[in-house]
Amino acid sequence: MTTPMVKAERVHKYFGKLEVLKGIDLEVQPGEVCCLLGPSGSGKSTFLRCINHLEKITAGRLSVDGELVGYRQQGDKLYELREKETAAKRAEIGMVFQRFNLFPHMTALGNVIEAPTKVRRTSKAQAVQDAKALLERVGLADKVDSYPAQLSGGQQQRVAIARALAMKPKLMLFDEPTSALDPELVGEVLDVMRGLAKDGMTMVVVTHEMAFARDVGDTVVFMDGGVVVEKGDPNQVIDNPQHPRTKAFLGKVL
Amino acid sequence: MTQEVTGTAPEKLVAVPVRHYGRWVGALVVVGLFGWLVSAFGNADIHYHVTRDYLFEHVILVGVWHTIEISVLSQLLGIGLGVLAAVMRQSGNPVIGSIGWFYVWLFRGTPLLLQIILWFNLAAIFPTLSIPGVWHADTNVFITPFMAALLGLGINEGAYMAEIVRAGIGSVDNGQTEASHALGMTQGLTMRRIVLPQAMRVIIPPTGNEFINMLKSSALVNAAQYTEVFRVSQTEAGKNLELIPMLFVAAIWYLVLTSVFSVGQYYLERRFARGAQRELPATPVRRLLALIGKPPRT
Ligand SMILES: Nc1ncnc2c1ncn2[C@@H]1O[C@H](COP(=O)(O)OP(=O)(O)O)[C@@H](O)[C@H]1O
Ligand SMILES: [Mg+2]
Repeated sequence: MTTPMVKAERVHKYFGKLEVLKGIDLEVQPGEVCCLLGPSGSGKSTFLRCINHLEKITAGRLSVDGELVGYRQQGDKLYELREKETAAKRAEIGMVFQRFNLFPHMTALGNVIEAPTKVRRTSKAQAVQDAKALLERVGLADKVDSYPAQLSGGQQQRVAIARALAMKPKLMLFDEPTSALDPELVGEVLDVMRGLAKDGMTMVVVTHEMAFARDVGDTVVFMDGGVVVEKGDPNQVIDNPQHPRTKAFLGKVL
Repeated sequence: MTQEVTGTAPEKLVAVPVRHYGRWVGALVVVGLFGWLVSAFGNADIHYHVTRDYLFEHVILVGVWHTIEISVLSQLLGIGLGVLAAVMRQSGNPVIGSIGWFYVWLFRGTPLLLQIILWFNLAAIFPTLSIPGVWHADTNVFITPFMAALLGLGINEGAYMAEIVRAGIGSVDNGQTEASHALGMTQGLTMRRIVLPQAMRVIIPPTGNEFINMLKSSALVNAAQYTEVFRVSQTEAGKNLELIPMLFVAAIWYLVLTSVFSVGQYYLERRFARGAQRELPATPVRRLLALIGKPPRT
């Protein structure tokens, strides 16, 4: 059996007294596309952010590609990783945000080559060559020199995907990548993600796009109130939900 | 769909514009006051030819140069210290954070003139200065008027810059830090490459004001015997006994320096607005060129 790309065991997360994740168990296999569904405030973003240690989990175990996130285990003791070590691990996980978070003072190209040149210390020439290929792959070959403010939302999000891919990640996390987009721009972003899935990228996608979850998702996970309520095959969870809370949620979004 | 074109053009709108009588009265009052002021200065017993004769005197020009030099260097030192203090106060480390806080508290809380005099008399507290094994100096030799001026102005400025930089850092969206971290960038790299460049847009306008203040408060280093334009003009006044004309010499130079810098600030702000706007507004020079019909270079 291969090592799962993401493995969460009884993951809890508190913000002060507020318990946001209440024991999440989840496995994502290499090459799998896992779609996270659930109402607002159910902890989807928080869980995603725990996977690359933007948030620290309060209890449980969380590992990516067989290694603990944010910690090193020696015997039965856990040691917190240094900032540099955590950063190095994050570099292998791509993340795409709802609000793009492109660097507004850099061009599309500048955004894409930033981390490869500064974190990985790839030569500028090489990074530019790779970045241009990536921008072409997301359909933005002609926007290389545009600043984010000169791009539409859909174009910005595609640059953001290219920026994450530039680090050659083994896992991609998407947090509602199309929720901030005008309806007519959603398709172009989903198409890029579809292409990624087809090329075998392991992806965890928080989304409200049911058609995408059904077509592209290998598994669908429904979260509510900080727990996984139901998970399984997309057709089963979306078209034939078992749990009343899943039914209620799907009844509202479909 | 096409719109049908009607034969008659719409009647041109004619209206009497609002009359601003108040403005005219105001303008008359201002002109009157100004005329009175000019005549007061003109009739006073001031030897304006002294001002004119000394304006480009060599000693004065050297003083002007020293004013520029000490202001620029002190401002740079201030910016460096300000960024350092602001980043220190941002850091999670409580020891480092309190050092940053203490620095700002101490140097914003005491008069600049007092600080300059203290630096100038540093030898009274530390007769010798040394970095063990690396460097050693007699304080009286190390603290020249220039050094006292630089330390006095620069370190004081740093305390003010710290607040400005802190506001700038705070103005940058948290998502920027998050995206950088997600890409594997460390805190330091994120600060240097992502946060500070964006904070510049907020930092630069007040820094320009700080620098204009610096040009003027550099006159205080008179107390450390540094020969900037104010001190030089006063020294000359002591010789020719023409206090007021010599004050005018200094005043004219301060106005020239602050005016020239204000123009520079405009272009600096423009450069750092990059990315915040879809298109940068035309510079005044380009607008002027467009007005006289020259196509702007691009
Ligand atoms: N940094 C934080 N501090 C305190 N509470 C937070 C923080 N981030 C999220 N929360 C809370 O955690 C809950 C889950 O949030 P989130 O993970 O964003 O949900 P979702 O992405 O499913 O909408 C919400 O109640 C939210 O208010
Ligand atoms: Mg969310």
